[in-house]
Amino acid sequence: MAAVSMRNITKIFGTIVANDDVSLDIHKGEILSLLGENGSGKTTLMNMLSGIYFPDAGQIYIDGKPVTIASPREAYEYGIGMIHQHFKLVDVFTAAENIVLGLEEEGRLDLTRAGERIRKICDTYGFDVDPKQKIYNMSVSQKQTVEIVKVLYRGADILILDEPTAVLTPQETEKLFAVLRNMKKDGKTVVIITHKLHEVEEISDRVAVLRKGRYIGEMKTSETNAQEMTNMMVGREVALNIERPDPVDPKPRIIVDNLTVRSSDNVLKLDEVSFTANAGEILGIAGISGCGQKELLEAIAGLQSVENGSIRYVHDNGEEEELLGRDPLQIAGLGVSLSFVPEDRLGMGLVGSMDLTDNMMLRSFRRGKSVFTDRKTPRKLAEKVVDELEVNTPGVSTPVRRLSGGNVQKVLVGREIASSPTVLLSAYAVRGLDINSSYTIYDLLNQQKKNRVAVVYVGEDLDVLLELCDRILVLCGGRVSGIVEGKKADKNKVGMMMTRLGGGDDDE
Amino acid sequence: MFDLFSFIPRAIMQGIPLLFGCTGETISEKAGSLNLGIPGVMYVGGICGVIGAFLYEQSAGGNVHAAPAILIPLLACLIGSLLMGLLFSVLTITLRVNQNVVGLAMTTFGVGVGNFFGGSLIKLTGSDVPSIALSATSAYFSKTLPFSHSTGLFGKHFLSYGFLAYVAVIIAIITAYILKRTRTGLQLRAVGENPATADAAGINITKYKYLATCIGCMIAGLGGLYYVMDYASGVWSNDAFGDRGWLAIALVIFTLWRPNIAIFASFLFGGLYILYLFIPTGTDLAVKELYKMLPYLVTIIVLILTGMRNKRENQPPESLGLPYFREDR
Amino acid sequence: MSKASKSSKEPLIHITKRKTMAWQKAWLIRIASIVAALIVCAIVTTSATGLDPFSVFSKILEGAFGSERKIWILGKETAVLLCISVAMAPAFRMKFWNLGGEGQVLIGAWMTAACMIYLGDKVPTPILILISLIGATAIGAVWAGIPAFFKARWNTNETLFTLMMNYVAIQLVAYYIIIWESPKGSGKVGIINQATNAGWLPSIGSYQYLLNILVVAAVTVLMYIYLQYSKHGYEIAVVGESQSTARYVGIKVDRVIIRTLLLSGGICGLCGFLMVAGTDHTITTTLAGGRGFLGVLVAWLAQFNPLAMVLVSLLLCVLSRGAGEISTAFGLNQSFGDILTGIILFFIIGSEFFINYRINFRGSTKAVKDAKNAGKEGGLH
Repeated sequence: MAAVSMRNITKIFGTIVANDDVSLDIHKGEILSLLGENGSGKTTLMNMLSGIYFPDAGQIYIDGKPVTIASPREAYEYGIGMIHQHFKLVDVFTAAENIVLGLEEEGRLDLTRAGERIRKICDTYGFDVDPKQKIYNMSVSQKQTVEIVKVLYRGADILILDEPTAVLTPQETEKLFAVLRNMKKDGKTVVIITHKLHEVEEISDRVAVLRKGRYIGEMKTSETNAQEMTNMMVGREVALNIERPDPVDPKPRIIVDNLTVRSSDNVLKLDEVSFTANAGEILGIAGISGCGQKELLEAIAGLQSVENGSIRYVHDNGEEEELLGRDPLQIAGLGVSLSFVPEDRLGMGLVGSMDLTDNMMLRSFRRGKSVFTDRKTPRKLAEKVVDELEVNTPGVSTPVRRLSGGNVQKVLVGREIASSPTVLLSAYAVRGLDINSSYTIYDLLNQQKKNRVAVVYVGEDLDVLLELCDRILVLCGGRVSGIVEGKKADKNKVGMMMTRLGGGDDDE
Repeated sequence: MFDLFSFIPRAIMQGIPLLFGCTGETISEKAGSLNLGIPGVMYVGGICGVIGAFLYEQSAGGNVHAAPAILIPLLACLIGSLLMGLLFSVLTITLRVNQNVVGLAMTTFGVGVGNFFGGSLIKLTGSDVPSIALSATSAYFSKTLPFSHSTGLFGKHFLSYGFLAYVAVIIAIITAYILKRTRTGLQLRAVGENPATADAAGINITKYKYLATCIGCMIAGLGGLYYVMDYASGVWSNDAFGDRGWLAIALVIFTLWRPNIAIFASFLFGGLYILYLFIPTGTDLAVKELYKMLPYLVTIIVLILTGMRNKRENQPPESLGLPYFREDR
Repeated sequence: MSKASKSSKEPLIHITKRKTMAWQKAWLIRIASIVAALIVCAIVTTSATGLDPFSVFSKILEGAFGSERKIWILGKETAVLLCISVAMAPAFRMKFWNLGGEGQVLIGAWMTAACMIYLGDKVPTPILILISLIGATAIGAVWAGIPAFFKARWNTNETLFTLMMNYVAIQLVAYYIIIWESPKGSGKVGIINQATNAGWLPSIGSYQYLLNILVVAAVTVLMYIYLQYSKHGYEIAVVGESQSTARYVGIKVDRVIIRTLLLSGGICGLCGFLMVAGTDHTITTTLAGGRGFLGVLVAWLAQFNPLAMVLVSLLLCVLSRGAGEISTAFGLNQSFGDILTGIILFFIIGSEFFINYRINFRGSTKAVKDAKNAGKEGGLH
């Protein structure tokens, strides 16, 4: 009998059907992969199991008995615990405070005793948590460990992990998988939500596939392969290769020298970073999250105050121009056409509550002497972008917040390349996008490369970085760990370089 | 000359309403509710106490006893402030309306309620002065501790206050302890910092927010009660409570959301509030009006300084002022 | 799955966010909330006065529109509230909580009174008016500009800062009221330049309040155009929605914050000027009378729609004039109006919930069907 059965589950947000009549079984003691593209409803489905959402229709059974899970607390009573992609931790609390949060234990709050129990759990499965450390002082992987301990502390038998490897290095991923295998050995059931096929193959016993909110099918991992899973995920045959045209006559465009950046709370974010980005080439930037990628791009775009170093732009005639100390307007004033697709599209780059037209205006609204804005030109641009990039929207007067992730990204990229840039900076350009939209973006980047644009691509998926980029700059803790050729790079080697300068024993 | 010995007790008495307000607002803010309606709540707390005392004095004739004289106004005050707390909670927590907007409307409403009923009572008693005096009940509120007169300066500075003053200090200490050391406090703080996390941990966000807001309002309401029944000796006159409610809210920032610090901070502000009475200005009454600016100017300076300092632990609760909706996508 | 097997623990009501609502329906909800509020107001009034509910409304209307003079006073009051609301609008659109309207109006009024008192017999009235106008607007702007500067520079909490500035202004005015006292010992400033009318705004024909109303109407229209069509207005909107996006496109956020608050405070100062030079010709510490706060609420409720601002201001003023009439007639306290205003506000504020969210009751499958249909029609996803 299945440990958990979900039957005919439907969940609706506004007019979006996130899950449509989904039925799924989870067996005791297995590691199940829940596979699907971004937006296919995997997380929503599991959120209903962990009591975050309540299904609009359908029934959940645990050990064959129909149950209602109205809150996360009730989920814990059934032994279900979930580790969310966005960590559910209170930053100003310590690890121990976070772990005991919400528990109704007898007696007064005793963090010392809790600390002892936490150590015991850590010893059993082989990880390391300091109960007294504050969350805001922790690395991403440490925070994830706290989350896992939190779930185990509550005695969960069924652990759901939502894209746990998205923020980890290959080495950290290995460690996590080892822990998961230990848990399985201990009789626990693990569900891992992912869209990465090789992870499915590596860790899971069984895989279930969702597409556009619907349940597509399930199979034993040993009896399937990557191509079959992709086809189920996407719904048709997909070529898994990213095109990489050879760069034609690459010439230096941006020269970064000894760039050093400190954050406002005086943490060293970039430490003497030097590299060159060439016109007609895609330069990838790899690194675990938060090791300086954001600061690097923002420094080039004139949005980050810099302690030391230089960033020079090379004109076609060979003249060099210092960009440091200039804000975005002054940089544009130098005749440097620089486009930037930032990481958090609706937080920086677009205004969610404004419509497509008004968002197209962001870059150009100052044009002309009139005190009034011109909305005709941006409207035409919006219509052009919608048309050429096949943005799925009811019209150009729709607030961008209402578009799906992929369409939001198309609007942003469309606007940024409309100004025919010579430099295109992009951070996590395909994050949250489905496969189709991702490939549209890769194509757009390649097109820019052919137009002799210097493209800088910060990515998190090493497989994509290795396939798309001509050269890859690896950052580690704000320093350049090395620069490798995309064609020749080895994934494990790059992973090592992300965690240790130079990647360990043999130097670049 | 500046008379420190009579200044300190006066400053403390001025500080007590602020302390009530500040402790109440701190509890509310720790749960993520920025309640700008506190000034209104304190008015309502005060007037409800007055109404309770008035009705009791009317029905008792000359025969006023200690227990009902204290309990009836106290209960009336708590019920009135609770209703205000519920109003704020329903609008901001259940209906998810902007907290600033509701708070401002509540202040307008609360001050109106206070003045309306105050004015009506004054009219009922048919007195010549625009105020109502409840000296009989008030006497019980301002009754000092024993020995306060026989122990000299010690008695004057520590024992010479009505019981509500000690209640204010005790509530502040208990609140500080609960927030810092208990499971309830931990969960309350989690709700204000990161409700999505607290929710996922199985904490009932709505319950905590409602309780924190309502308890906060009831404590703040006591400030109004203390002011009129003890400090003002049972004399209600319209608008007399003034802007103390706003100062109480400002104190929350000044004390970094710590009620134990608020005890001393509120006495300090109480001192600033009445400093003009103690600074000799001769016959120049106008200058006194300028001295009355002091508490506001100090608050402004404090605001600027706290804005500049950015240690993580000293920041406001992270989700302060934001409504929580679980299914927000 | 049969319904019967559903556990009884399923939540009774279940709230979801709406994407949009037709504006007609939204307005219907708002009007319904006002009607509901008026009913509650009538009940409250009935219990306070013993009037039957219909006479309550006729009394309110009588108080607001009962005579030509009353209509003019209503117009004057509405103009003041509208002017403050319009002043709040740009700050508000930038998500800057300017709770200092009270002080900004008062300080503008103070400057006007000072000009009238000290320059009344030195310069001719047209120049005096110009000086007071500039002075009042400038000092109102400064009063709002100070908190804005600290907000822009050190992210100082603007809500409390602007609030405290109110009391600084009040005490400053209190100081000068004692100095300007006339006659001595009255505690009042009295009518300034009553004999000479120096610095008084002229009346248009015999209509003393018309000029104020026209000026405020013009300011309202200009503000609408400014917010909706100007580059500044666009920058304000971007800064309000996302400061990092604003920086990303090279908007100087600090400068926009300060500039916008100078504008907001300036209009408040103008309002103070209009009140002293145009209608009151005297100054008290309660000149603004809580309308600085009320203006914030009006601006929020109207969501930058000037027509809605006019309507909300008018509604609140009708109510407060009507309540004034009732309290005078029945010997009630003047604060009665504040209570009715509060009730109306709570209802309108609460009604926003029903516009933004949908409530699904247990067993209701309407939401499910709606969504599925929308999905079939080829919605967004």
